Amino acid sequence: MTANRGWVWMYGVTGEPPGAFADGVAGVGGVPPRTITAAGLTAVVGDVGDREYGEAALRRNLEDLDWLARTARAHHAILEAAAERGPVVPMRLATLFTSDAGVTGTLRDRADDFRKALSLIGARSEWGVKAYAVKPSDPVADPGHQVAGPEGPAAGPGAAYLQRRRAQLTASKDARSEALASARTVYAELSRFAVTSRLYPPQASDLAGQQTPMVLNAAYLVADERADEFAAATAGLTARHRFVELTLTGPWPAYSFVGEGDGPGQR
Amino acid sequence: MTVPGYDPVVQGERIALVDLLDRVLAGGVVIVGDITLSIAEVDLVRVSLRALVTSISGLMEAMDDSQEYG
Repeated sequence: MTANRGWVWMYGVTGEPPGAFADGVAGVGGVPPRTITAAGLTAVVGDVGDREYGEAALRRNLEDLDWLARTARAHHAILEAAAERGPVVPMRLATLFTSDAGVTGTLRDRADDFRKALSLIGARSEWGVKAYAVKPSDPVADPGHQVAGPEGPAAGPGAAYLQRRRAQLTASKDARSEALASARTVYAELSRFAVTSRLYPPQASDLAGQQTPMVLNAAYLVADERADEFAAATAGLTARHRFVELTLTGPWPAYSFVGEGDGPGQR
Repeated sequence: MTVPGYDPVVQGERIALVDLLDRVLAGGVVIVGDITLSIAEVDLVRVSLRALVTSISGLMEAMDDSQEYG
């Protein structure tokens, strides 16, 4: 163990100091968080060793899905703990400084940006809404398509097969465009309840643990007093759109709404 | 955050890794400066991970053609 050199891992920035974290709250590397205050802002940070979080180690570790999962969850846990006490501006994963002075300098240099971000996310939370296309073979999804319809007397087994296959393909294509159309409607409808929204690329089915393709992966920034209304609207849309299944996640710390300016996909 | 029925511990257990990675790798504030680790390193990693975590398909391309979203 030659952790003579350390790094300061930055989780996020709050206005008021978030107060002491509960005993046993451990962040990245199993280290409890601490705070650094400057320019009227407070950075929530943790000390991590060079062996695991130094530049070369980090590059290697970020490619290791287990390590990445552990680290992302630890980063998130501290941000959630901070968010319980008030607005917190999350930093992107693996924001590291060589010393506290670097953190202090960043708080000073970026004070206006941080304050702007804090005022945007105050009393608001991020909610995630994903839509999955319903399987076209599901009879609920394609009542108009009698895939196994009666065969004409002249049709041999080969022709019948082709006819069925064509019908299946058409149904599948229709279901997909219906699902996309529903996703558009859902996205727009839910935007009415949100301060702003952002689209992420749909997740790959295998990684998302879903059999059906994702057609919408959106994040919304919603005022806390409208959170119930937003959830109810999501449930209502699920009931009305039979070609998609919707899932709601959150509340999240406002990861998706603190980036600089209007990034691609951010509205 | 004070949302009724919200339990951070339970919530933390339930969060899907892909949803979390979307946010911690593509969201959050990016600091660029001499004192940070080279952001380029992290970006390189992010590119390869994004390829893993996210996929083409669906709405993003469909929406490129859509004025409604433009």
